Amino acid sequence: MPFLLPALLINIVIILIPALLTIAMAFVEWDGATAPTFVGLANFRAIFADPVFFSALINNIKWTAIFLTIPIAMGLGAGSLLLVARRGRTFFQVIYFLPVIIATVVVARVWQGMIYNPESGLVGWFKLYGIALADPLARPPTALYAVASVDLWHWWGFLAVIFFAAFRQVDISQIEAALIDGAGFFQLMRYVLIPAIRPTITLMMIMTIIWSFLAFDFVYVLTQGGPAYSSEVLSTLSYRYAFYNYTMGPAAAVALVISFFGLIATVFYVRIQQKEGI
Amino acid sequence: MNQTLGRGTILASYSILAVGAVIALFPLSLMIVSALKTSAEIVANPLALPRALQWVNFSRAWTDAQLGRSLLNSAETTGLAVVLICSTSSMAAYALARQIARGWRWISAYLLATTTLPIQLYLFPLYFGFAHFGLIDNVFALSFVYTAIFSPFSIFLLRTYFLAIPKEVEEAAVMDGANRWQVFYKISLPLVSPGILTVALISGLNTWNEFLISSTFLQSHDQQTAVVRFYTLGGQYSSDWGEIMAAAILIVAPVLIAFLLMQRRFIEGMASGSVKG
Repeated sequence: MPFLLPALLINIVIILIPALLTIAMAFVEWDGATAPTFVGLANFRAIFADPVFFSALINNIKWTAIFLTIPIAMGLGAGSLLLVARRGRTFFQVIYFLPVIIATVVVARVWQGMIYNPESGLVGWFKLYGIALADPLARPPTALYAVASVDLWHWWGFLAVIFFAAFRQVDISQIEAALIDGAGFFQLMRYVLIPAIRPTITLMMIMTIIWSFLAFDFVYVLTQGGPAYSSEVLSTLSYRYAFYNYTMGPAAAVALVISFFGLIATVFYVRIQQKEGI
Repeated sequence: MNQTLGRGTILASYSILAVGAVIALFPLSLMIVSALKTSAEIVANPLALPRALQWVNFSRAWTDAQLGRSLLNSAETTGLAVVLICSTSSMAAYALARQIARGWRWISAYLLATTTLPIQLYLFPLYFGFAHFGLIDNVFALSFVYTAIFSPFSIFLLRTYFLAIPKEVEEAAVMDGANRWQVFYKISLPLVSPGILTVALISGLNTWNEFLISSTFLQSHDQQTAVVRFYTLGGQYSSDWGEIMAAAILIVAPVLIAFLLMQRRFIEGMASGSVKG
């Protein structure tokens, strides 16, 4: 036990105790300064009556759908092509991994200023050729997708590298047999490569679901959930309730909703990881 | 395998991989090019190369934006967090690998579950707790938060390294009269030093880049980490993007250098636990 004590002690003080306090906070009214009062389920009733809560929840679901498909498809595609590219493999992996290691705030500002900005960015460059484009972050119909695109750019290289590492463990004779039988790229993917790395894909999908409900940085930096709450997600809504409106009860209630969605995925995640004895 | 593939297939594969590389590199090259242009040049043509290299953007980011000071804060937070994570995680990982603690299965399930929790589930009480004890704006107190958040991942990574050590090595030391602590500290720990380096790199990267917690806990200009200081630099249309991109490069540079020198270790570390089957 003494070996575990320092790590567990820090974990319990920083995470467990505050998490339990947040659960309690969801049932009180508190502005962060005066004495809290017990209000039962009023905070949950308040957030369920807030239309922004539901649009944020739907945005989280859209976000999950985007990240379960596009980056996973890109990662599988690039990962399998890296099998073919014997020479230059490491080079491509390093390039694809570069966006992953750059701080989210830096990535966000680079995209905001140099891509989306109608004065200083790529969008503004089109104006020189007479194509007037609006800032996609500033329009409600496109804001969420513009933010998700930035996260996607930041994220897909990680999946490419992971899937390539998994593909490398596939029995090479299986791949060659399929090729000799005349299988094309999509047949090879469908009947040989994807079934062979299914456990890795499953794990990545579970982590995608968990992370999609935690998404915060890009939304907060790029749009603050706007314009008109069109890109608000649950984590930014919770933060807004706490540090902009000083209503800790609803902030905690939203945090519990996020945790609830993550919990189901987490159960599967812990099971998969523990199957290998972790 | 390449013998069975046609030249056309191989050419097409490289072309698609090259498109991926362009996608990854395009925004980064805009960052570098813009950091060397004046604001007027950027607005006149966002994609054009600089007429004269504006190194002054870097010195303005360093002094006017006080990035020098905030980079030092980042280094302090990251340094302490890395030391805390490596020391506490290696001990915990050893205990879990050798199963010397009762309930180790539950403990590891608990630690694994905390890695998937939303930060908002513990952020607010933690914030008011820190405020109560006067720990807001304290970069060292922040290191403890990062230790709690990033150590579970480090523990599981290091555990696999400890499991790879043959039991016989430790048993021999026990026969010679060494106690648990001596076996851990003198025999096992040196054998997992490659794992500790990986953990130091990954947790250092995560701490250096972290935004949500640092921006909540560090509010005064003097105490902000580089990422938080960078966030406050702007984002409005009137912003001086040349200076902001120069600041971006200064923040990314240490990470980039470490990554290019030890990319294999970075990638292996971040991929650990993800490849199954």
